Parts: sequence; structure tokens; C-alpha cells
Amino acid sequence: MSITLRMAWRNLWRHKRRTWLTVGAMIFSNLILVFAISLQFGSYQMMIDNTLKAYTGHLQIQHDGYNDEPKMRSSIKGIIPLADSVRQHLNSDHIAARGVAFAMTSSKERSYGLQLIGVEPDFEVNVSSLPGLIKQGKYFSDSNAAEIVIGSVLARNLRVTIGDELTLLGSGHDGSFAAGIVIVAGIFESGTADIDRSMAQLPIGYFQDLFGMEDRGHNIVINGHDLSQVSLLQHDLQNMLRDRNELVVLEWDVLQPGLKQAIQADLASAWFMYGVLIILVAFSVLNTQLMSVLERTREFGVMMALGVKPTRLGALVMTETAVMSGLGLAIGAFFGLMLTYYLSIVGFSYPGMEEMAAQFNLPDRMYPSLSVLSIMLGPSIIFIFSLLASIYPAVRLFFLQPVIAMRAV
Amino acid sequence: MSRLPFSAVFTLAWRNLWRNHRRTTIMLAAITVGVWAMIFMTALMRGMVDDMLLNGIRSMPGEVQIHHPLYRDDPSINNSIPTPSGELLEALQIPEVVAWTSRVRVSAVIQSERDSRGIILLGVEPASEILVSFDSDSIIEGRFLKGSYDRGLVIGAKMAEHLETELGKRVVVMSQDPDNNIADRGFRVVGIYKAKLASLEETYVYAGRDTIQKLLNLDNKVSEIAITGEDYRNVDKWYPKIKQAAGDSVDTLPWYEVNAYLGSMMSMMDGFVLVWVIVIFLALSFGLVNTLVMAVFERIREIGLMQALGMRPTMILYQILLESFLLLFIGLLIGNVLAVATIIPLQSGIDISAVAKGMEMMGTSSMLYPALKINDMVLANVIVIILGLLTSILPAWRAASYDPIKALNTN
Repeated sequence: MSITLRMAWRNLWRHKRRTWLTVGAMIFSNLILVFAISLQFGSYQMMIDNTLKAYTGHLQIQHDGYNDEPKMRSSIKGIIPLADSVRQHLNSDHIAARGVAFAMTSSKERSYGLQLIGVEPDFEVNVSSLPGLIKQGKYFSDSNAAEIVIGSVLARNLRVTIGDELTLLGSGHDGSFAAGIVIVAGIFESGTADIDRSMAQLPIGYFQDLFGMEDRGHNIVINGHDLSQVSLLQHDLQNMLRDRNELVVLEWDVLQPGLKQAIQADLASAWFMYGVLIILVAFSVLNTQLMSVLERTREFGVMMALGVKPTRLGALVMTETAVMSGLGLAIGAFFGLMLTYYLSIVGFSYPGMEEMAAQFNLPDRMYPSLSVLSIMLGPSIIFIFSLLASIYPAVRLFFLQPVIAMRAV
Repeated sequence: MSRLPFSAVFTLAWRNLWRNHRRTTIMLAAITVGVWAMIFMTALMRGMVDDMLLNGIRSMPGEVQIHHPLYRDDPSINNSIPTPSGELLEALQIPEVVAWTSRVRVSAVIQSERDSRGIILLGVEPASEILVSFDSDSIIEGRFLKGSYDRGLVIGAKMAEHLETELGKRVVVMSQDPDNNIADRGFRVVGIYKAKLASLEETYVYAGRDTIQKLLNLDNKVSEIAITGEDYRNVDKWYPKIKQAAGDSVDTLPWYEVNAYLGSMMSMMDGFVLVWVIVIFLALSFGLVNTLVMAVFERIREIGLMQALGMRPTMILYQILLESFLLLFIGLLIGNVLAVATIIPLQSGIDISAVAKGMEMMGTSSMLYPALKINDMVLANVIVIILGLLTSILPAWRAASYDPIKALNTN
């Protein structure tokens, strides 16, 4: 094998310029793929994290049908004891019960129709980033306090500050009239205008009283260690809840189908683009290897006449391609790594990105995520397609007639 | 013999191109695929962004909006403006304005006997609302409002499901008047609509403008005036006139400032097209240079002989450049034809409802209509030809500067 490798190496440098141009095409495409894939992985991860962290969580326990039709009456009985038993079962604090209702929320000067979330103060902190983003006042500590925490834009629109009263008017669990007065305890600023404009939280005990929920709530949020374990957790919990078959355990991609689909749509269009680049490189390799085989027809004829088997010649051509592609892979991945590493430290931004980022819960600067997979995925595919492209020139050798070949010009 | 006629140079270039037909064919295939991908992908993305902008502008609504200066930060009933009169009313008659409407837009709560929801209540003047924003085909049950005094309510299909209500049933709408008194009123649901984007169905509820003005003690005031022109790309030509007529007491903004995300999408798309075309070209250029370098390499002796016979170096340069041009030209031709041929059957729309919710996040609907723009095609072709010829100069120049004696002696 070592003689084949040595011959392949020498053959490559018989046409230095041609080899470098082909390797150059690989390096260029590898560089682009490493950068783009790392950027994609980084932004998807951030999109998921930021969206799930703000509110949704990794998993939720809900009444069957609530996800499609979030109705007040699709509620979970005895939600706090249930949340407690889930906490015990998983031996984790990253679990919190919530209730959801709509109410007309009025300050002295203004009124807005709002979605109100009833939360367990002690545990909400573990499942959502909002309690940590309080800029004024504090998050509530008492589950029965008549208090509310709202976003900064909402506070400005309602013209209220810490200690002011808000009147809530809505309908309760049984459709009856619900009304209450709460005090603004905290104001948070998430930086996402939509969340800061629309989110309001109450302690769940008070929430249940106000809306006549008794011991009910609407969902239990569960956060695992990381997203890869979500499916396991889902099975575990579904199993634990098997005697309450009105309840379902839903994963984040069911709760936020838009997020997953936006990623899928983006992946599809990205892979179309990568595919084109990969095909162009494959054409380049095909051209180079076919030419290099054709111009060596005489030489191959002589070798065959001397007893070298076509398999050996085919292996030689494939080895040449492998060495060439290996060079492209190594250099391309190296420079791709350097570029991506640099950008993962200083960040990356382009005009219009700020607006785009706000739409998808992303920060203004993107930081590509560096991993073995994101670095090696693109270059490896190019390597494989280069080998595939040189199958045709290699296979041609099997049909070479030594006598005719030796007479070729 | 010092000056060859163009036809002779052309014949030489053409025949040289096909001396190694395999190499030429592979290179042509690469150029074709590259050019096809440039145009095809651009048409898809353009189609998506067009749809996003049209949907966005129609639901915003209007290409130009007039508000109270504080309304955008604080969309409250207190930040209302008078309905157009005098100079502004006259300015709205200019031919560039296709339609305009004025609407009351307030946050409200809607309640059925079953459930309640937060909504945006729109008090509209139906005839002009249909021209600017509301798509009358989207009514799936009942009817749209008949006039601005209509006492009925039109809600989205999704909202009707949430509230477990239906056509003919009564619902209660609650909002605040300018003195922050809660105003509420029962409405009969007279129509149910289905929007392209489900989130709109859950948000917007339509009622007659005068009915809402009376309910909220607004007199003749409205929250916004929305104006539509012929084409959103041309809004800059006419909106300053409206802005001037509207005066400084109100905020007059074109769509790309009302919604910065949509505004940035358009310029980002232009950037994307350019980057995409250039990246593909660069990937192609390695193969192109390679082909030319090899073609020259094989013919060193021949080039030396031609020079020895008196052909000028410039002629050799032209000949190689012409070869490159012919290669690019044929590749572009096939690539363009192929792109048009694949896009035309897709004009009726590509169903991407599998990722509809994701597309909704971006603001587009579940059908993708490729938009083949002449400008994009020209851009792709011009870039490939010009940059292609530029990258060919180096190998062509090398061929032209061989020393005939040395060239004749190479093997």
C-alpha cells in the first residue's frame, strides 16, 4: 500500500497548479461550510434556549387538549400537590406549576387586556429567566400575596411603578365574574419588547382565589439538565402519570411548533445551498481526475503490460483523490476553525441583523458554536463526495486495453 | 498575417474548446448547475420575502401610517388623532394613493359565556378597510361589516374556537375610554374570518368605527390612518407629500420604519442575493481557471508555433479569453433556461405547510411562490461574465507571454 501512496503523492505534484486549484476549491468550500454550519448550530441553540428559558420550559404537563385549545376549563386538579410529587419523583427543583387567565388590567390612567400567569414563587425562579430579570422592586415570596410582577414596557404603558395598584377584571373558572386589586411588586426587563409588553405574573395562591380555580392550574413546567434528555424525561413522567389519563406530558417542540419548524425550514434552505457548493467541488474533482487519467493512458497501458492489475490502478486513482481531498479537508477545516474560533470570541453581525434577531429571540451579535461536529461535518461530506466523483475515472481503467492504450497519444 | 479577422479567432477558440470535449462538458455542467442554483435559490428567497412583506404590510396595515406621536410606544386610546380633514384630506387624493382608511385600534378583552381573551379591537370603516387591509374572501361564515355604524362584530375562526362561540351568538367586549372608565358592550358575531396567518385570527376583532367611537366616547377621533399605494417599493416617492400635509403634530411613517423587521428584510435580501451569487461564482472560478490553465498547458508548443509564424501575443490573449467567454456564455445560457424552466412550473406555489408554524414566525404563509426578478437574473449573469473574464486574464496572459523558442522546445 505504501508504494501506491508514494506514487499517488508524486503523481499529484506532476501538475502542481492543477492540484492546488482543485484543493483550493475544496478549501474555499470547506471554509464556508465550517463557518456557516457553526453559525447555524450556534443560532439554533440560542433561539431554543432563549425562547424556552423565557417561558415555555423543556416540558409541560397539561390537560389533554389544552395545548391546541388553551381554555380556562382545561385545567389540572390539585396542581400544587401534583407538582410536589413530580419534584419528589425527579428529585429536582426545576419544576413549577402555573395558571393562565385573561383579564382587563387597569391602572388609574390606563387599561389593557392581558394574559396573567399565576406562578409558584419559590419554584418559578428555577424554570424561567424572568424572575432574575427584575429591575425594580422584587419578585414575590408569598404565594398568597395580592401582588403582581409586570414587564417594563407594560409598566410604562400603564403608567405605574412599584407600590401602585392595578385592578383586574375577568372571568373565572366557572365563567363567573372575577375582580381583584393587586399591588405592583416588581418590574422586569427582558429586552424583548413583546415579552416586556405582554407578560404579567401573580402568585398562584392568589391567582387561584381570584379566578375561582380552587386547587387547579393549567400547566406544570419541567426543565431537565439539557435538551437531549427531554424525550427520556417525557416517557418517565408519562409513566408516572399513567393513572391520570386526562393529563399529557408535552415536549418543547410540541409546545412551540413554530420554533422547531423555523429551524427545519432554515436547515432545508441551508442544505440546498451547501449541496450546490458540494456538487461544484465534486465537478472540480471529477474534471481534474478524469483529465489526469486520460493524459496517463499510455503510462497506464505500459503498467498493465508489465502486470499491474486494473484494481491496483483504480486504487491509485482513488488514493490520489483521497490525498488531495485530505489536504483540502485538513487545510479547510483548520482555517475554518481559526475563523470560527475568532468569531466565536468577538462575535459576528451584519446589517439588518438586529431586527432579524429580535424576531427570533436572538441577541444582536451572534457567536458561532464550535464543536467537532460543526467543524468536521461539512469538510467530511466534501471529502466523501470527492471520492464519489473520482469513481468514474477510476472505473474507466478496468476497460483499458493495454495494447491500444500504449499506442495512445 | 499580423491581424487576424475576428471570425478566424472565433473559429479557433470554438474548435479549441471542443478539442477536449469531456473537460469542456464537465465545466459546462458545473457552470450550468451554479447558475441554475444562483437564479433558482434567489427566486425562492425573493418569493418568500415578497410574501412576508405583502402580508406584513397588509396586516400592519398600509404602506404609510399616521399616528399620534406617542401612540407607537403607548398604544392607548388617549393617544388618538382627528380623522383627516383639510390639507391632509386633500393630500390623500393624490394619484399615488390607491386607498386609505382610518381606524380605531385599542387593546380590549372579549368574553363569551365560556372564556375570555385579550384582543386588539379594530373600529373600521368597512369599505376602505377592505381596500387597505381586510381580505373580504377571508370571511368563511356570515358577512363582513356593512358600514361604520354596523353594530355587529367580526372575529377570527381561531378566536371563535377559543371562545366556543359561533355566528349569531353574543359576546362582550371591554375596553377603556379616554377617562379610563371601563366601557363594555354586547356585540352579535356577524362574521367569522380565516386569516393566512393564524396569529392574526387570534388577535384582531373588527367592529364598526362609529360604533366603537360612540362606545369609547372618542367623538370623531381615530388611532391610526393607513394609506396604501401602488407598490411598497415606491413608497418613498410619495410619502413625503403626505407627511408634509399631515404636519408635525402627528407621526407619519413609511412601512419600513413602522416595522423595522420587515424593513431590514428587504435590504438583507439584496445583500443575500449578492453574497450567494459571489460565493457560487468563487466556487466555480477554481474550476474555470483550472480548465483554462490545462488547456493552455496542453497547447504550449502550438502557441509557440503560432507565435513563430507571426501571430501577435494579443491575438493569443484574445483567443483564450474568447474561449473562456464561450464557455461561460453557453453555461449561462443553459443555466438560465434551466432555471426558468424549473421555476415556471412552481409559479402556482410550493406547499410548505409542513413547516407552516415556523414560516409564521418569519411572517410568511404556508405557500411559497417563487419570484423570478429580471434584476436578479441580470445581476447573476453580469457577475459571472465579468468576474469570469477577469479570472481568465491570468492564464490567458501567461499563454500570450511565452517565449516562442522555449515553447516550441517543450514536450
